[in-house]
Amino acid sequence: MSIDKTTVAKIAHLARIKVPEADRESLAGELSKILEFIDQLNEVDTEGVAPMTSAVNTTLRRRPDEVTDGGYRDAILANAPDRAEGFFGVPKVVE
Amino acid sequence: MSYIQGETGDWEVVIGLEVHAQISSKSKLFSGASAVFGAEANSQVSFVDAGFPGMLPVINAYCVEQAVRTGLGLHAKINHFSVFDRKNYFYADLPAGYQISQYLQPIVGKGEILLDLADGASRTVGITRLHLEMDAGKSLHDQHPSKTYVDLNRSGVALMEIVSEPDMRTAEEAGAYLRKLRSILRYLGSCDGNMEEGSMRCDCNVSVRRPGGPLGTRTETKNVNSIRFVMQAIEYETQRQIGVLEEGGTIAQETRLWDTTKGLTRSMRSKEEAHDYRYFPDPDLLPLELDPAWVEEIKKTLPELPDDKKLRFIADYKLSPYDAGVLVAEQDKAAFYEAVTKGRDPKLAANWVMGDFFGALNKAGKDIQTSPVSADALGGLIDLIADNTISGRIAKEVFEEMFTTGKAASVIVEEKGLRQVTDTGTIEASINVVMAANAAKVADYRGGKDKLFGFFIGQIMKATGGKANPALVNEILRKKLDG
Repeated sequence: MSIDKTTVAKIAHLARIKVPEADRESLAGELSKILEFIDQLNEVDTEGVAPMTSAVNTTLRRRPDEVTDGGYRDAILANAPDRAEGFFGVPKVVE
Repeated sequence: MSYIQGETGDWEVVIGLEVHAQISSKSKLFSGASAVFGAEANSQVSFVDAGFPGMLPVINAYCVEQAVRTGLGLHAKINHFSVFDRKNYFYADLPAGYQISQYLQPIVGKGEILLDLADGASRTVGITRLHLEMDAGKSLHDQHPSKTYVDLNRSGVALMEIVSEPDMRTAEEAGAYLRKLRSILRYLGSCDGNMEEGSMRCDCNVSVRRPGGPLGTRTETKNVNSIRFVMQAIEYETQRQIGVLEEGGTIAQETRLWDTTKGLTRSMRSKEEAHDYRYFPDPDLLPLELDPAWVEEIKKTLPELPDDKKLRFIADYKLSPYDAGVLVAEQDKAAFYEAVTKGRDPKLAANWVMGDFFGALNKAGKDIQTSPVSADALGGLIDLIADNTISGRIAKEVFEEMFTTGKAASVIVEEKGLRQVTDTGTIEASINVVMAANAAKVADYRGGKDKLFGFFIGQIMKATGGKANPALVNEILRKKLDG
């Protein structure tokens, strides 16, 4: 599978990464190489082999339902470029 | 089948619903911040919920249990192995740039819901899946002319997304589906079902087609927050789509918004290109593995659910499917009825609970918890009817008095002297007076005007202050008039 310039532009937009027109051709080549490598991996017969989900043999830890966090609004808002009345302020996004 | 007649022939509506039900937990799905509604903006936010770098999610065990309980309540397949995925999109109230959800391997698979329809009939609607996910934050667009304000208190709150099969064909069925789902969630206690506070929200997928034809293109109306609005949005969307198709147009597959004030759906064009979520397994979370024995333990703790309770009410109390359905819709109402009917006539108890009692609660804006009349007190009133102390008509008066004063029925009956007159001598005397005063009408009646019988009954009841036993009045009056 290979990736063209249009796909590069689309993925860049979805990821909100600015990729100048001039860089798209070479990036398409790099991404295609990655996918070629994946295609190569796909040739391995994994029939009946369960996907590995962790390098260590462990299970998902669950925590009890207790309130142990939150309550520090100032810290949450400290790095926000804009805030007012305890809210984050962002440019208006209206449907 | 219920088809809609258009200008060019019949149309069939196909409806599927996605419900987001907030789990009634103390803390969030992946963080220890409080999940309680209505707190000051951003006061219940952890660094995890705010998407700060390096913060790791840890799942809430209680939320997992509630998802399993709900799955069991929907007679659904519980998946002992499920996976959390990242659903990627950019929006101001989603600080991490992705929502943790479940995609290909949800915690609960196929199940079903039984709808109670208006005519007492039932119909099964399939459940496709139930999965766990975190909620996003809340955007406020109307607080500032050029800014949107964001509150992350809701960010990370645990949701169950419950997806139905496209099995519904009318707005009424969609309403019945939501009512039954809400009832089950409340019985289980997994979600409070409060649509006003947003703890239950609904996305409506609607398409129309020619009966028996291939499925039409669907639209999705997002975040509708009441059962009535869901039904209105479906009605509107149905008519809109039929209109477009009959004029030769095509339906665009799109996300729409329900406008409550205007009563219509609008296209949300800005979201169109964002429909590429690039799901992938969240590397911060291992798969969720459930011990089958644990699932079995949960199964044993399920309460009697509305469908089973309804069948039991029909079998034990000989109630109609409709009456039983109304009584079991809410757990505390069902319990109230059972307390009232204990040792009493089930049909009489059902009539009182569903009629005067629910009516008075509604009118006063009260519920079972705040009712001034307890199950015992209502039972006491019914006992007075059953042993002929008062008539059914007087009982209505007594009930109103009970509801306003909180006094026992027997006390009100004694205080006001409402005890029913069952002494035949007294009743006969009243009848004699009425007949003497209306001699002309008596003659008319005897001349064939049968309908006057009701007039005499009315006069006699009036003369006795409504306290005469109606059956006795009937019997004696008939004898006297005919004799």
